Amino acid sequence: MSASPLTEAKVVQPTFAAAPWRERAEEALIPPVVALLVALICGDLLILSYGQSPAAVYRMLLEGTWGNAYGFGQVLYKATTLAFTGLAVSFGLRAGLFNIGGESQLAAGGFAAALTGLVLPAATPLVFALLICMIAAGLAGGVVGSVPAYLKTRFGAHEVIVTIMLNFIVLALLNWFIAGHLHVPETLHTPEIHAGVLPRLADIDSRFHGSAANLALIVAVLVAVAVWFYLFRTRGGYDLRAVGLQPQAAEYGGINVGRVWMRALTFSGVIAGMGGINYVLGYKHYYEDGFASGAGFLGIAVALVGRNHPFGVIVAAFFFATLSQGGLAIHAFVPKQMMDVLQGVVIIAVATAVPEVRRILRGARGRRDA
Amino acid sequence: MREGGGGKGEEGGPGIRTGAAQPHPPSPFPLPAIRMDGIEKSFGAVKANHGASLEVLPGEIHALVGENGAGKSTLMRILGGLIKPDSGRVEVNGRDVTGWSTNDAIAAGIGIVHQHFMLVPTLSVAENLVLGCEPKTRGIVLDHKHAADDVRKLSNETGLVIEPERLISDLSVGEAQRVEILKVLFRGARILVLDEPTAVLSPPEVRELWTVLRRLRDKGDTIVLITHRLDEVVEISNTITVMRAGQTVARVKTSETTPAEIARLMVGREVSLSAGKRVQPSGRPAGAQPNQGLEARNIIVMGSRGIRVIDGVSFNVKAGEIFGIAGVEGNGQTELIESLAGLRPVFAGDILIDGTDITRRSVAQRHDAGLSHIPEDRHRRGLILEYTIANNLILGVQKYFSSNGVIDRDRVKENAIRAITSFDIRPPNALLPGRALSGGNQQKVVVAREMGRGFSVLLASQPTRGVDVGAIEFIHQQLLNARAQGKAILLVSAELNEVLALSDRIAVMYRGKFAVVMPAAEASEEVLGEYMIGTKKGNVA
Repeated sequence: MSASPLTEAKVVQPTFAAAPWRERAEEALIPPVVALLVALICGDLLILSYGQSPAAVYRMLLEGTWGNAYGFGQVLYKATTLAFTGLAVSFGLRAGLFNIGGESQLAAGGFAAALTGLVLPAATPLVFALLICMIAAGLAGGVVGSVPAYLKTRFGAHEVIVTIMLNFIVLALLNWFIAGHLHVPETLHTPEIHAGVLPRLADIDSRFHGSAANLALIVAVLVAVAVWFYLFRTRGGYDLRAVGLQPQAAEYGGINVGRVWMRALTFSGVIAGMGGINYVLGYKHYYEDGFASGAGFLGIAVALVGRNHPFGVIVAAFFFATLSQGGLAIHAFVPKQMMDVLQGVVIIAVATAVPEVRRILRGARGRRDA
Repeated sequence: MREGGGGKGEEGGPGIRTGAAQPHPPSPFPLPAIRMDGIEKSFGAVKANHGASLEVLPGEIHALVGENGAGKSTLMRILGGLIKPDSGRVEVNGRDVTGWSTNDAIAAGIGIVHQHFMLVPTLSVAENLVLGCEPKTRGIVLDHKHAADDVRKLSNETGLVIEPERLISDLSVGEAQRVEILKVLFRGARILVLDEPTAVLSPPEVRELWTVLRRLRDKGDTIVLITHRLDEVVEISNTITVMRAGQTVARVKTSETTPAEIARLMVGREVSLSAGKRVQPSGRPAGAQPNQGLEARNIIVMGSRGIRVIDGVSFNVKAGEIFGIAGVEGNGQTELIESLAGLRPVFAGDILIDGTDITRRSVAQRHDAGLSHIPEDRHRRGLILEYTIANNLILGVQKYFSSNGVIDRDRVKENAIRAITSFDIRPPNALLPGRALSGGNQQKVVVAREMGRGFSVLLASQPTRGVDVGAIEFIHQQLLNARAQGKAILLVSAELNEVLALSDRIAVMYRGKFAVVMPAAEASEEVLGEYMIGTKKGNVA
């Protein structure tokens, strides 16, 4: 012992050991699961207060959503729009920005897709037409998203205020345009598009007959993969997350914070805008005033429950779509507004559970180790 | 001033020794004021205290030393009732108080003076002191006069001289600290815990603090001093407890030990306390690329209220030179470094790196021009705490680790392995988030990154702040190596020792200007100290 000099340092081989998967899974999954349980209990109480059996109502809810092809198709359809708006919100949040403008960006995207579909001749090849319509939807959403981005970067205007106000402006402008210039008489929607109709799932598998689910779902999943790749594999994503986590450290690291803000909010708008294709190209084939109502805001909840991770957002979108479609399935027994209440409960529970559950988990782990 | 304990003229004289011998009560086995035994405390998987113990006798100044993350603060937070131990026993004056609350601790006379001041800047000294226990005259009217009298009385008793009517916002850092100490005494504290009290003080202020602490001790109060600075430990304490990795490794009498031994106990191996500077004479070694270093011409930086926080500072740092800036914190050092780094706009003046004007360039462009920067605040700027070590090691150089915008993960990995090995970053797991590391290891990540890339000018701002002895030695060596390689280094540090030991030339910053610039050979702690507090004006126009 005494022979070995004190200064002799052990050679340590650096490792790349991620936290054990179980720990990470607990961290990621427990808050939403706890939130779900809380919501279920609240749901039980509500159903009981209506004099119904919770078990029967929940069974009906599941049968009406995941239990048959039509219901499942409707869940897929609703999840598609929510996936887009959820991805949009989470993309902004990763840069530390709260995009509440999903509502108007979605509407603007849908409108642009419809307009493009109307302008393009019917003979346009399908793939080409789809691509153009999607690009138009994304561009329109991006333009709406770039306004708060510019105002924040240039003048320091808070993006929450600007996006909220922009919702009013953009929706009113679209309403004026539709009502004044482009509607089919007696309605508030445009004529049907000539080109760019997305195939429905029912065209591929007839069991989905009647449901609105369409190939926009594939686009949503591709966008989620693209967002994941961008955030976690590219230099732009490195910079974007750095700005979201610690803007001052990002600035120190030579990252142009304003430029990242600009990019994050604009692309958040692009993603939300692309969501417009689900309704316009995939379902109704026209733009209708108010089609996006609520989906933009629900995107915030989807992003929150999905823990701002692109794949989590997809799962959360399915969850909220199930609640929303399930409300219709159980309407005969309890008012479908019950599902709105449950959505609210889930959102509050997740917002509360995230830090709280983490704290409890940490405590439990500490005790186990000691 | 009645007893021999006060007064300024006695530092280092026989007064200390009599003072040290005196406080112990007559009993040969006095009841300890604080006894903590077998303390265990984990936060998640991290064991902050793992068999920690502490025994402090009444009426002594007890130094609690240890590296960062050794568990000193956790132990003191348990003592103060802020957190509860997982197991172990805490006794105060012989009473078992394990797991008590903050209110219990205050009632029992424990007073903790935190590193960060907790004072209301818009209130007066007296008002701050009586916050929470305000003496009232009629109903809700605060009795200012009564409060001021109380404060003045306490102030005279302790030697913590301060005018009760002054506003906190008008006080210097040293005075604010006096108020903090008064505040805990005002609530009846007889056991004082001071967490790194000298970190923000100039040398004369430190001497005043020592005088006050000795006087309190001689009055019979018990003082626990948490510190990093071994010279302070030796100067002021009676007994020393050394902690390492959550454990108490030694309890020694100050008179029976040496700084080198304490350092060895803290780190667990031999460390050299003085940085061996003169490795190589100043100047660029043959064969190095032409490097003109850093030049700043008449820099003016405006503060938030239209005040010039930097008011016409000019200097140059030559290749192969370490230019040190000393000064009490808050005299513009932070602003100067930030403006050089591109994080703060300059109002006027020019900044040149290797002869290229970079005054209007962005942070990234300055990186490209050869600037590297160890920031003073690693939690706010230097690291992204949620990012892994590997990702933190490419902050600022991420563009060199990506091709076509995609991060090259193999090279990030390679880079992490190299940095972790050569800088001995622990734990050596590249996927741990930055926040999981101790302060010293976080700083190693920053230093590894900033010194691992090609640069010609390095801004090193408080490079060893809050870093343990072993890492300080290592970081100093890195700075000296860079100097030997012909880099120009601007060193800003609140540690005078550090500035003195490493620099070739030293400037003292006072109120946004250089008070003096002198060769390190002519500088000493005393000389610099006078410029730091503004009693002496120097040679700089």
